This record gives sequence, structure tokens and C-alpha cells, in this order.
Amino acid sequence: MSLPPFQTVLEEHREAVLRFLAASIGRQEADDVFQETFLAALRAYPRLQRGDNLRGWLLKIASRKAIDAHRARKRAPVPAEHVDPGAAPSNGNLPDEALWQAVRALPDRQRTAVVLRFTFDLAYREMGEVMDSSEEAARRNVFEGLKKLREEYR
Amino acid sequence: MTGDLERMLRDIGPVDATAAQERFVRRAIDDGLADVAYAPVDSPLGELVAAVTPRGLVRLAYEDGRGDAVLAELADRVSPRVIEAPARLDDVRRQLDEYFAGRRQAFDLGLDWTLTHGFTRRVLQSTARIPFGELGTYRLVATGAGNAAAVRAAGNALGANPMPIVVPCHRIVRTGGKLGGYTGGVQRKEFLLTLEGTLPR
Repeated sequence: MSLPPFQTVLEEHREAVLRFLAASIGRQEADDVFQETFLAALRAYPRLQRGDNLRGWLLKIASRKAIDAHRARKRAPVPAEHVDPGAAPSNGNLPDEALWQAVRALPDRQRTAVVLRFTFDLAYREMGEVMDSSEEAARRNVFEGLKKLREEYR
Repeated sequence: MTGDLERMLRDIGPVDATAAQERFVRRAIDDGLADVAYAPVDSPLGELVAAVTPRGLVRLAYEDGRGDAVLAELADRVSPRVIEAPARLDDVRRQLDEYFAGRRQAFDLGLDWTLTHGFTRRVLQSTARIPFGELGTYRLVATGAGNAAAVRAAGNALGANPMPIVVPCHRIVRTGGKLGGYTGGVQRKEFLLTLEGTLPR
């Protein structure tokens, strides 16, 4: 099974990866993590056994990199003057920044699951593959995540 | 409420991945991860696709609507780490421009022969030694490759030239002066030989 040129993979999926990252960690950091994701993908690419679900493969890498970025941020809080303008409406923000702040505050697996389910319409089975978990666990993470969002975001 | 929340989660607004992609490509090159870098190159013979590896030029192709097939072959036979990186092709582009403008007779480029093997490679390497302003024959390059009788096979080898123009298969004509065939069509061969002042009459 031969792999397509990496350029094709990049052009086909760059938008999906950037959307996933913007939803998971915010637009400010999404660009850096996009670099990390595609560099890791390019490094591993020649060893990839199958080229039939490249989007899932990229989202798996992106979700791990997003979790790393979250952990790094927790360890080293950004100085106040550099904080993301947050809920203040500006061009750089998502349509409803307060909601996305709440999404980003979810535990790693719930956040990943909620974003994959709604921003990407992934089936639970495919979510399980991306998240290395069972379909059932993916379903539960979406359920718990939504419950928390409903409580916190009104 | 639930429906509302789900609908809002679907809407993250537009993203523009172009800038992110450009930064990625620069980093991929800096980190030495672009095993094959390619770019389109304009020429009087139509658009070309040029590709280099760290060893040098590996492919130069007449685009002719075959760009995707050219890239797929590179991914398959050289490395799937194929990245569009025009800056890596600056030197190739400049030398081709000079050649087509009549200001360059020899290319000063490293060549990566990965896409050729055995007899084909020997025929093409023999062809690469024929200088600007001279012509060779199929028999000459067959002999140069170590098999004087394999004239027809030498023709096939030239037809499989992965680096036309730079490896000058257009300089090979039939004994007696007939032009013979050419990868990109015989009009292109005529154009190149006219440029070099060697078109047989």
C-alpha cells in the first residue's frame, strides 16, 4: 500500500487539524501546536503502515499535542499581560469565546471527545480510534463533558 | 438548551490554515524532513515540475497535466515525505532560466539518479556527458552504457529520462540525422536543438 505525497495530506487535512486545535486550545496557541502536529506527522509518515484514515491519524497526533499544550500551560501560567484577550469580543476570537473557554476547562478526554463529536461530527467508533479508547468510553466522555458544559455555561 | 449548546459547538468560525502551512514548510526544511522538495517552474516549453533531494535534482518533468502522477511516483519510489518548497528550487529555476535565455550552456547541479537503474542509468549518464552544441546517436550512448547492440533499449532508456533538459536526451538523434522521438513530444526536441544551434536540416 503506497502513501500519497505528504503535501497532499497536508493540503487535504490542514484545515481540519487547525479547526480541531482552535477549538481545543484556542486560536492563539493553535498555530504553534499545528507546527508540532505536522512535524511529528512528517517524521513518522514513512513508517505509517496504512494510508486509509489519514485524518484520524492526524487528529490522534493533534489531540495528544493539544493535551501536552494544556499541561504545559498549567505548569507555567502565562503572565497576566500576555493573557488571551479571552471573552472580550475581537476578531481573533471564536464566535462564542465564553463557551470555548468552558470547553477548554474540561478534563483532557472530555474536551477531546466533545470537540471531535461536535466540531467534526465523528462517529463514536472513529472517536474511539482517535482517542485509543472504546466506543463506549468515547460516548461517556461526550456525555460527561456536555453535562459539565451545561452546568457551567449558561 | 441541549440543541443550542450542540449547535454552538459546531460553529468555530472560519480558520485560515495558509499561514500555518507556510510556517510548517519552513520548519520542515530547516529540520531536514523534506526528503523531496518540489515546485513548478515556468519555461518556454510549458510548465515543468522540478524536484530535489539533499543529493540534488531527482526529477524534472513536463507538467502536461501529469503533475499529480509525478508526485505520486516520487512518493512511491524516493520517499513519501514530498513537500512543496519553491525556495529549495531557486538554484534549479535560475539555471533553467539562464539556459532558456541563451546565457547558460552547462548545468551546475548535483544529480540524484535514484529513479534510474542498471542499463537505463548507464545510458543516461553517458548522455549527460554530451556537451551543449553537440549531438550523439542512440548507438553512441548504447556503446557508452556497455552494450553497442542495444540501440533500441537505449531509445527506451532515453524515453524514461527522469531529468530531461538537464540530462540532455534531446541531443540524441538517429544515425543519418533523423530526429528520433522525445519524452515531451518531438516539437520540444526541435525547440531545444534550435536553441542550441544543432537542429539537423
